[in-house]
Amino acid sequence: MSAPAQTPPRISEPLKPRDASRAIKRSSIKRDRFFPYALSAPAAFLELLIHIIPMLLGVWIAFLSLTQFSIANWVKAPFVGLQNFTTALDPNGPIGSQFFDALGRTFLFTFLVVAIAWSLGIFAAVLLASKFRSNGFFRTLFLVPYALPSYVTTIAWAFMFNQRDGMVNRFLVEDLGILEEGPFWLLGGNSFFVMVVVAVWQFWPFAFLMLLAALQSIPNEVYEAASLDGASLWKQFTRITLPMIKHANVVLLLMLGLWVFNQFDIPYLLFGPVSPEEATLISPLIYQQSFNNWNFGVGGALSVVLLIALLIVSAFYIRLVMPKGKSIDD
Amino acid sequence: MIETRGFRILRVFGLAFITLIIVLPLYVVLTTSIKPLKDVRGAFEWIPSEITLAPYLDIWTTVPLGKYFANSLIVTISATILSVSIAILAAYALSRFDFRGARSFRLIVLSTQMFPGILFLLPLFLIFTQLERAVGLQLNGTYLGLIVTYMTFSLPFSIWMLTGFFAAMPKELEEAAMVDGLGRLGALLKVVLPVARPGIIAVSVYCFITSWSEVLFASVLTNSDTRTLSIGLQAYASQTDVYWNQMMAASVVVSIPVLVGFLFAQRHLVAGLSSGAVK
Repeated sequence: MSAPAQTPPRISEPLKPRDASRAIKRSSIKRDRFFPYALSAPAAFLELLIHIIPMLLGVWIAFLSLTQFSIANWVKAPFVGLQNFTTALDPNGPIGSQFFDALGRTFLFTFLVVAIAWSLGIFAAVLLASKFRSNGFFRTLFLVPYALPSYVTTIAWAFMFNQRDGMVNRFLVEDLGILEEGPFWLLGGNSFFVMVVVAVWQFWPFAFLMLLAALQSIPNEVYEAASLDGASLWKQFTRITLPMIKHANVVLLLMLGLWVFNQFDIPYLLFGPVSPEEATLISPLIYQQSFNNWNFGVGGALSVVLLIALLIVSAFYIRLVMPKGKSIDD
Repeated sequence: MIETRGFRILRVFGLAFITLIIVLPLYVVLTTSIKPLKDVRGAFEWIPSEITLAPYLDIWTTVPLGKYFANSLIVTISATILSVSIAILAAYALSRFDFRGARSFRLIVLSTQMFPGILFLLPLFLIFTQLERAVGLQLNGTYLGLIVTYMTFSLPFSIWMLTGFFAAMPKELEEAAMVDGLGRLGALLKVVLPVARPGIIAVSVYCFITSWSEVLFASVLTNSDTRTLSIGLQAYASQTDVYWNQMMAASVVVSIPVLVGFLFAQRHLVAGLSSGAVK
């Protein structure tokens, strides 16, 4: 490949600073072509090794018969076609029925946690959007649950929800006297409720954070004009605040929703590797099938179903954060 | 909002209510961590019968907390440094150059962030086992396996956030530096990085917090020698006989590094986290 011919600058003219910078650019054109690739290579390599290849392999193992016996030499595991999928998705079979129950439960869990976390978040954000004394203190305090490691707070909640001598039962039975005997919180149907409480406590600060930033981008003059027109606080909230933070809301709800939907840590830390039946979510179910029942093929099939569902959602998400032809930062 | 009297009253009660929700578990953790053992053997009491710091000393022998701590530090710090360095390079490329494949690269980086760890866990475990068989590189149960995994998982967000930071900086900065005889790389290292320091600190804190708190991969990719804090404490807390005062003391101790980091970088982190949503 030959470089395009360039006219050399005439010697009689002195080199102006602008020309100098142009000359440098021109001389580094060739290097520039490879420079961005060299810069992105390490990140691309890691993404390939830890994300892309495992994802493709994950699809492949869904078609293998993979148990604790074949796992050590999984490359030689027998190909079984769609058998894992029929096992995993048979609504009358033991695993299939578990899967569909878990799916419905995970949707309910996601809806409840996101709805409550959003409500708390917008409430706190409205209260703290304007400046007043001790405003900064509350802002920092409200972010503490988000900053603490999730295993610390979840284990603390498990301690508080202990049936025999936990804080919650002590409060309900002795302090308030509304219950005769403290129920088991981490077993049966109550465990789902506990999971919601813990998740809301951990996730709502994130909603608060995003919503506060969105609220602060609304100029105060808008509210001033509205209140001059006699609009009530509630009207200002529904007519001004909510419409103006719509974009932030869409992104927030989607991010938070995916996050909660994929939740693994909270049930794992509350209940151990196997959740109570009434509280089994999708991610823990796949984990359980793979690493407790040693049924890696079925775990793989469940993963593929989840992957397809999330691909659809994330295509939608990327459209939102990355409008056509634009970069994410402008 | 315009502050009417009603709004101010609502604010007082609202803030009190939310503060109560947040403080209650923190109160239980802190008070339990300074209770003597007999206080946590029976029913829960709001106030310790006496205050003792013994749990903070005893926990180090009850569980190998020092070892877990060292493991977590090794894995987290290595993953953070590597991840942030790699993210800086990639984000710089994305913010300053228009190159073929940039868009797909960005797309892949963004979309992998959406998928749950569980989708990658089993295949990664299998790849690691196979690598060990084929070339003798041990990744399951070693620091290296965990470090590589953690650094990759904090990459997407770091790249996203740093791209924004770099894009906001004027290009003339590097152009001037290059006129002064610095190369492209020199301009990045000597001119861009010092200016982007707040962003880099924020991203580092983010990486540190995510790796420090990670549970899923640690539960499968560590063994008794490389166990990190999350799995070590989870294993202890799920035993039948738990010294809860010591457990809570451990909780306080392991929270300190991330809490300090968070408070330290709060402003930048908040700006970075929310910038994607607000724009």
